[in-house]
Amino acid sequence: MTATLPPETGAAGASAEPPLAASRPALAQDWRRLVRMGAVGAVAQVFIALSNMPVRLDERVIVKPVLSLGYLTLLIVPFAAGHRVGHQIKREGMPQHAAGAHEVAGGAACGAVAGGGLSLLAVLLANFDLREPLVNWSPMLAELLAFGNATRFAVVIWLLIGAAVGALGGGLRLLGPRTRRAVVTMALAVGGAAVLEPLVVDLAEGMRLEALTDRLYARRGGINWTSALGLAAGSGILAVLGRGRIQQARAHIAELEGAQRTRTNGLLILATAAVLIVLPLFAGKLTNELLANVGLFVLLALGLNVVVGLAGILDLGYVAFFAVGSYSAAVLTAATSPRINPELPWLVALIVVVIITGLVGLFIGAPVIRMRGDYLAIVTLGFGEIIRLLFLSDWLSGWFGGSQGITKIPGAGIFGLTDVAGTDPRRVFYLVLAFCALAIYVSWRLERSRLGRAWMAVREDETVAEAMGINTVNVKLLAFVVGAVLGSFSGAIFSAKVGSVFPNSFLILVSIVILVVVIFGGMGNIVGVIAGSAVLIGVLGGPKQPGLLAEFSEFKLLIYGALLIWMMLARPEGLIPSVRRSRELHQQEMAQDAWLKGQVEDDNHDDGGSGPQATPAT
Amino acid sequence: MSATNGTPPAPSTGSPTNGDGHRPLLETRDLSVDFGGLHALDRLDFEVHEGEIVSVIGPNGAGKTTLFNAITATVDVSAGDILFEGASLMGLDANRVTARGIARTFQNVRLFANMTVLENVMVSQHCRTRQHAFGALFYTPSFRREETEIRERAEKVLSFFGSRLVGYRFDQPAFTLSYANRRRLEIARAMATQPKLILLDEPVAGMNPVESAELTGMIGRLRDEWGFAIVVIEHHMDVVREVSDRVVVLDHGTKIAEGDYAEVSTDPRVIEAYLGHGTEAS
Ligand SMILES: Nc1ncnc2c1ncn2[C@@H]1O[C@H](COP(=O)(O)OP(=O)(O)OP(=O)(O)O)[C@@H](O)[C@H]1O
Ligand SMILES: [Mg+2]
Repeated sequence: MTATLPPETGAAGASAEPPLAASRPALAQDWRRLVRMGAVGAVAQVFIALSNMPVRLDERVIVKPVLSLGYLTLLIVPFAAGHRVGHQIKREGMPQHAAGAHEVAGGAACGAVAGGGLSLLAVLLANFDLREPLVNWSPMLAELLAFGNATRFAVVIWLLIGAAVGALGGGLRLLGPRTRRAVVTMALAVGGAAVLEPLVVDLAEGMRLEALTDRLYARRGGINWTSALGLAAGSGILAVLGRGRIQQARAHIAELEGAQRTRTNGLLILATAAVLIVLPLFAGKLTNELLANVGLFVLLALGLNVVVGLAGILDLGYVAFFAVGSYSAAVLTAATSPRINPELPWLVALIVVVIITGLVGLFIGAPVIRMRGDYLAIVTLGFGEIIRLLFLSDWLSGWFGGSQGITKIPGAGIFGLTDVAGTDPRRVFYLVLAFCALAIYVSWRLERSRLGRAWMAVREDETVAEAMGINTVNVKLLAFVVGAVLGSFSGAIFSAKVGSVFPNSFLILVSIVILVVVIFGGMGNIVGVIAGSAVLIGVLGGPKQPGLLAEFSEFKLLIYGALLIWMMLARPEGLIPSVRRSRELHQQEMAQDAWLKGQVEDDNHDDGGSGPQATPAT
Repeated sequence: MSATNGTPPAPSTGSPTNGDGHRPLLETRDLSVDFGGLHALDRLDFEVHEGEIVSVIGPNGAGKTTLFNAITATVDVSAGDILFEGASLMGLDANRVTARGIARTFQNVRLFANMTVLENVMVSQHCRTRQHAFGALFYTPSFRREETEIRERAEKVLSFFGSRLVGYRFDQPAFTLSYANRRRLEIARAMATQPKLILLDEPVAGMNPVESAELTGMIGRLRDEWGFAIVVIEHHMDVVREVSDRVVVLDHGTKIAEGDYAEVSTDPRVIEAYLGHGTEAS
């Protein structure tokens, strides 16, 4: 067989790529790998089917008559398997096979194996009743799998669908980088428009553009398939025209130096701030509610980022500070608080809240902070629960109302100017935005100070940090307290927004979700943490707050877990890695390249004199 | 730069470079460190005078690194006392010891790998700077002034090593450095704590002969130009011969010989300790 090089690969990537060997004959590639990949796909699909996701999500339509979210969850698996099976590990000096027809054939075979899982499931569903162990074993599922037809139909159709989708996945490898980018953009545009439907409709209403959304979306949800085609075409054209201009611009910004860089960054920040300030004015209740929820989690994640990302303290009980912030704000402002009710104005209460939470941070931190690693994580986990149980306990119910919690908390009044209550999510969002800005400023400034450097040193190697004159106990305690205070802001806004606090708003789950957000976004990176909250909380939803894909809420944890596993395997540095981390990866590569080319400077020759007179610092 | 005198074991006679006259800069008395049943250090008396370069040698496992660990409060001392400038270091945390003026490097280089070269040297000035969080938050003039000072001092320290750690290297993460440069950066980091005494644990280990010779010269300059007293643990006898004012030989946690290089290298007990353990002796 001869290599069937797609035209664009030859033109674009030839110089940097390793030598291309001839294309592998179709299916002669290791079929073991193919079967294994397919089997993994089959298991994944059966698992998804039995998790009841397809039945539940069938109601959410993506493209009007053809595709629902439920079917999408099933189709994505053979697609991924078909794409993945053609993956070649690139090793220096090893020949690379050219992409060819075998990619499609392999993808199809692999996809068919994956689809076979569902065929098998359909047969089993029709003939057995396993509802006892498998609660989602239902005729509805059988019907969904068979598209309303007989079981025989399901068996055949899933093999075919699997093969077709797998072939598409494999076929993606045949495309040149530019075409592939266009295809991916098209898929993202359609998918994004469908996922963001509530948001887009809401915004369009605010801007009096209902006509547009009426055309785009079908009456009962989902994109019209005509508009889907239009959207795909439009975005495809844009992607071809754009041709990676965005990447160029980003690279350009990354190369800027000194003052120019600062100015560009400043402009970017200003632009973002402007959008965030103007956007809510046009958005309806739903969007603002969503933004406010995301903001609350950004605030929490920024706080935890100081503790985990900067100082390297794995705090699994961070929710404790959120709880203390909420409860103390509630006690200080609500008239209905059981024991004391000073009914302070919110801003005054906030000052007291900060002091209280700071003290609680010190109190919890002092015994915990001397431990290391795993021990510390477990103990913080315990403290997180203890705080919640204290609020729940009968012993303190005279203060905090036990399981009844505290209700009728007034909103946050700011200097008597405005009253930010939960009824107006827009004002809540602005309040959250202000505190997020504060938190971002604090983390940004501290990271570049003596304290921030000390935190990083502790994170890198605690023993050495101590030996270099850093009082690690104090420094870690300070990180704990800063994190606690930032978390208490979120708590105080939360109680004013919701109007009531109950112990079960502060489950361990909240800690875990915040940690997942931080890890997912990119530890130690402010932008990453914000992006992480936007994606996870905004799209999937928080522990109790619905996201854009509200249908997913019962599968949220499943997806969180899957995302986290995938993240650890594929991209451990997070969605948007900190500059430090990406630089680290980048430079290792550069060093390797230099080494391969024999260009590594020898330490003995890299400077002429190497004596006392050499190069003074500037 | 090499041996100017051979201080006899009796400490009180002092050495010519000892400005203080009688009191040693650092002194351990009956220092013992036990690990379970193992006496890593056994009633050790050891002292360093101001402006002196002392080499500590001995076969593997003799307790040399343990001596450093004990001085810098990295391990618990079982018995005895450590005096620095006449005051006891016992019961101090490691960071307080560093603040008193003792800095060290590690046998297995331990840099803050993901911090940049410059940050490594900036962070070790922690105990010499006073800046607090509020200054950083409000960007006060005193914060900016101190930040500039920290940076300048870091650059000055790094420029001690010629062009190796300056320029574009400032902003490279420490893990990208070559092995020899990592060792240099560790010394720079110790220097930046502004100590009176620097403890170097096998500073030329893993270096080639040229690098090793160069660093040997630098140890002398550290004393002459920066005024540090220095204790070096070293296995390379040519380095020891070159830099030491005085050599202390440890074996099984006890001092078996002390004196200038010539005396020590001909001492039958030293030869036996080395040959008996089957390790290098030259
Ligand atoms: N933390 C520890 N716990 C238990 N034993 C230890 C510990 N540190 C050192 N030891 C033991 O104490 C003895 C002295 O160790 P030390 O590291 O001081 O030797 P050294 O003279 O530095 O040797 P080398 O030349 O190999 O570096 C060794 O037997 C070692 O195994
Ligand atoms: Mg040692």
